[in-house]
Amino acid sequence: MATTVEDPRVIEVDVRTDEMLVNMGPQHPSTHGVLRLVLRTDGEVVSEVTPHIGYLHRCAEKIGENLTPRQYIPYTDRMDYLAGMNMNLGWALTVEKLLDLRVPEKGRHLRVLIAEMGRIASHLVGMGAYGLDLGTFSPFLYAFREREKILDLFEEACGARLTYSYLTVGGATADLPKGWLEKCEAFLDQFVPVIDEYHTLLTTNTIFIKRTAGIGLLSPEMAIDYGCSGPVLRGSGVDHDLRRDGETIYTSMYDDYNFEIICERDGHYPQDQDYPPVPIETMLGDCWHRFYVRMLEVVQSVGLVRQAMEKYQASEGSHGEPIKLNQKLPPGEVYLETEAPRGQMGFYLVSDGKAIPWRVRVRSSCFSNLSVTPELCRGCLIADVPAVVGSLDVVMGEIDR
Amino acid sequence: MDRDVANSLNFLLDKLTGLLGRSVPEDHVAGHLIAAFLYVGLLLHLVAVSALVFIWMERKIAGRIQDRLGPTRVGGKFGWLQTLADGLKLLTKEDLTPTGADLFLFRIAPYVGFCASLGAFIAIPFAGQDFPFVAQHLNVGVFFVLAVMGIEVFSVILAGYASASKWSLFGAMREAAQVVSYEVPLGLCVVVPVMLAGSMDLVHLGDKQQGWFTNWYLLHDPFTFVIFWVYFTCATASVNRAPFDLAEAESELVAGFHTEYSGLRWSFFFMAEYGSMLAVSLLGAILFLGGWHGPVPVASLLGLAWENGPVWGYLGNLLGMVNLLAKAVLLVTVMIWVRWTLPRLRIDQVLTTCLKYCTPIAAAMFLGAATWHMAMPDRVFAGLLQAPEANRLLAEPSATPRLQKGGNL
Repeated sequence: MATTVEDPRVIEVDVRTDEMLVNMGPQHPSTHGVLRLVLRTDGEVVSEVTPHIGYLHRCAEKIGENLTPRQYIPYTDRMDYLAGMNMNLGWALTVEKLLDLRVPEKGRHLRVLIAEMGRIASHLVGMGAYGLDLGTFSPFLYAFREREKILDLFEEACGARLTYSYLTVGGATADLPKGWLEKCEAFLDQFVPVIDEYHTLLTTNTIFIKRTAGIGLLSPEMAIDYGCSGPVLRGSGVDHDLRRDGETIYTSMYDDYNFEIICERDGHYPQDQDYPPVPIETMLGDCWHRFYVRMLEVVQSVGLVRQAMEKYQASEGSHGEPIKLNQKLPPGEVYLETEAPRGQMGFYLVSDGKAIPWRVRVRSSCFSNLSVTPELCRGCLIADVPAVVGSLDVVMGEIDR
Repeated sequence: MDRDVANSLNFLLDKLTGLLGRSVPEDHVAGHLIAAFLYVGLLLHLVAVSALVFIWMERKIAGRIQDRLGPTRVGGKFGWLQTLADGLKLLTKEDLTPTGADLFLFRIAPYVGFCASLGAFIAIPFAGQDFPFVAQHLNVGVFFVLAVMGIEVFSVILAGYASASKWSLFGAMREAAQVVSYEVPLGLCVVVPVMLAGSMDLVHLGDKQQGWFTNWYLLHDPFTFVIFWVYFTCATASVNRAPFDLAEAESELVAGFHTEYSGLRWSFFFMAEYGSMLAVSLLGAILFLGGWHGPVPVASLLGLAWENGPVWGYLGNLLGMVNLLAKAVLLVTVMIWVRWTLPRLRIDQVLTTCLKYCTPIAAAMFLGAATWHMAMPDRVFAGLLQAPEANRLLAEPSATPRLQKGGNL
C-alpha cells in the first residue's frame, strides 16, 4: 500500500527496505588483485554491479613510446603477469610483422612449446583461484604445486620465474638448456594424471556444480557484442580461436600442429570421452562451462607441448637470434592479435622510421571480458559475484597496463 | 577467619574427593561455591586447551591435505606450540574499535559467544556410571546444551550489527537466516536418541549404550544410522564450519561478522568456534556413539567399576573420559577434513539443504526409528541382538535413583 506522507517529520508509515551500496574491493580477498566493484544490493540480491578499474595503471603504453621494441619486452611481462611468455610472444610477433621477419623453424617450435606451457601455468592459476572464490582452499594449492614445476622449468630456460622476457623479437634470448626437454617430458607425464584430481575436487563436485551451473549466463551473441575472447567466448559456444583463425604470421606458428579448438559443438566437447560428462544442470555460457573450457585447454596444451617437443628435437639450426637492441623500424603501422590464455591480446605499433616506436597501444582481452560483469551479475546473489568474476579470470595488470 | 579458610579448604578437599565417590553436604554454601569454581576452571581449561589443540590440528591436517607440512618450528618438530605463539601475538595487538560502532555491543559480542560455547559444557558429562563426571547433572541435559549453544548466534548477530560495517552486517544477516534453518532438523535429530533412551538426561543416554559397540544408537537401527549423518551435517552448520561458513565467507564477505575485530576479541570468536565444535562433537558422541562406552568394554572387562571400590570406579571413569574425548576428536577431525575439501554453499542452498532435505529426512527417520523401537523395544544392533540386561533395567524409571545412590557410597 503506497502512502504519501505530507509532513516529512512524520516517520515512514510503511515498512520499506533500502538498497545498500557496497564497495567490493580494491582490497577484497576475491577481486583478483585490485578490481573494485560497487554493488547495489537489496539484502543478498545484487541489482547492479559497476566495475571500477585503474588501480594498477603503470603507463605501460606510454613507456612503449620511449623504448625500442626489444627494451619494451620486460614491460609486456608485467601486463598479464600470469602469462608473461604469451605477452612476450604477442609483442615480438607484432614487431616481426612490421619488420617482415620470420623466425627459423626451430625457434617456431620453441615458441609453441613455451607459449603452451605458459598457457598451462596460467590456466592452473585461473582454476585454483576460482576454487578460492568458491570457498575451497585446497585445489588452489594443488594448482600452485604443479605451476611451481612449470616455473622451475621456465627458470631453467631463462632465469626468471614470473617476468621472463624470454621470447623476444627475432626468436628467443637463448636456446633451451641441455636436458630441459627430458625434464619437461617428466613433468607432463606426472601432470596428466593429476588433472583427474582437479576434476574430482572441482569440475564434478556437487557443490561446485551447484554454485556454477546456470550462474552468469553469457549468450554467444552477447559475448560477441562485448568483444569477449578466449575461454570466456568459447565457453559460450563460439568456435573462435586465433591459433586457427588469426593472422597468418600467428597461425603459421601452429602449422602442421594437430589440435582442435575447445568449444562445445552439438552438446559435446572435442574428444570428451576422457573427461567427466557435462552435468545436465549446466547451460552453455555459464560459469561452469567457462571453467570447463579452461580445464580442457590445459589438456589440449599438454598435447601441443608434446608435439612441439618432438618437432623441436627434429629441427636443426638456430632458435632465432634476437634483433639488435636499437634496430631501426621501417615506417608504418601494424596491429596483431594473438591468443593469450585469457583471450585475444592485441598490440598496435606505429613507427616513423626510428628505432623507438611513435605509438604503442595494447588491446586487453580481460578488459572486454570484464565488461560483461554488470550484465552477468544483474539480479544474482552476493555469493555469485565472486563466482562470476572468477569465471571470467581477469588479471588487473593486463586491464590497467 | 582462619577457621573459615580451614573450613573452605576442608570442603574443597571434600568436593575434590567427591569426584572419588563422596560429596559435599547439601547445605554448605562455601563448599559448593568452591566446587563450582573448580568445575568451571576445569571446563575453561578443557575448552581453551582443546581450542589450542584443534587449531594446531586444523593447521596440520590442512597442511597434509594440501601437500604442505603445516607449522614445523614453534615448539619442536611438530609446531605444536604454534597456536600459543599466535595467541601471544594476538594478546599484544591493538584492540581496534571502528568509528561509528556500537561500542558496548561491539566489545561484549565475543564474550557472549564464548560464554555460550563454554556454558554448554556445564551439562555435558564426560563419564557416567555411578558417579558421572559432570559439572551439573541435569535431567534435561540435551535440552540445556542445545538451548545454551543457541545463544552463541547472538554473538554473531551482535558483532555484525555493532561493527558498523556492511560486510559484518551481511554476515550477521546470513547467520540469522542460517540459524532458523539448521535448528529445526538439529532438534529433530536429537529427539531420536532421547526417544530411544526415554530420557533427556545425558548421563542416562550414555549409559543406555554401555557394553559393546553393538549397543550404540548409531547402530540401533537403519534410521538412527541415517539420522546420525543428518545430525552431523546440521551440527557442522550450527558451528559455522565449511561448507556452511557463510557468516564469515572469506571470498565473499571479507571476513563476515568478525571483519572489524582484532587481537584478543577476535581470538575469542575463534575459541568459541572451536569450543562449539567440541561441544557438538561431544553431544554427537554421547547421543549416537555410545558416549564413554567404548567399542570394546575394556573398563568392565578389567573390572574397573564402582562396585569394586572407588579407585577402580574412578579409573574406569577416566578411561571412559578418554574414550569419549577420542570419539569427539574424531568427529572434529572429520569436520576439519570436510572444511579443506569442499567449496562453500550459497546462502539459499544452505537454507534448501537444511529445510528442504534435512528436515523431511530427519522427520521420516524419527518416525521410522519410533516404529522400530515400538516393534522391538528390547533389541539393539539393527534388531539382531538382545539389549543387555543393564539396559533393560535402566529403561525402568524405578531402577535409576542415581543421585541418591551416589550419596550413599
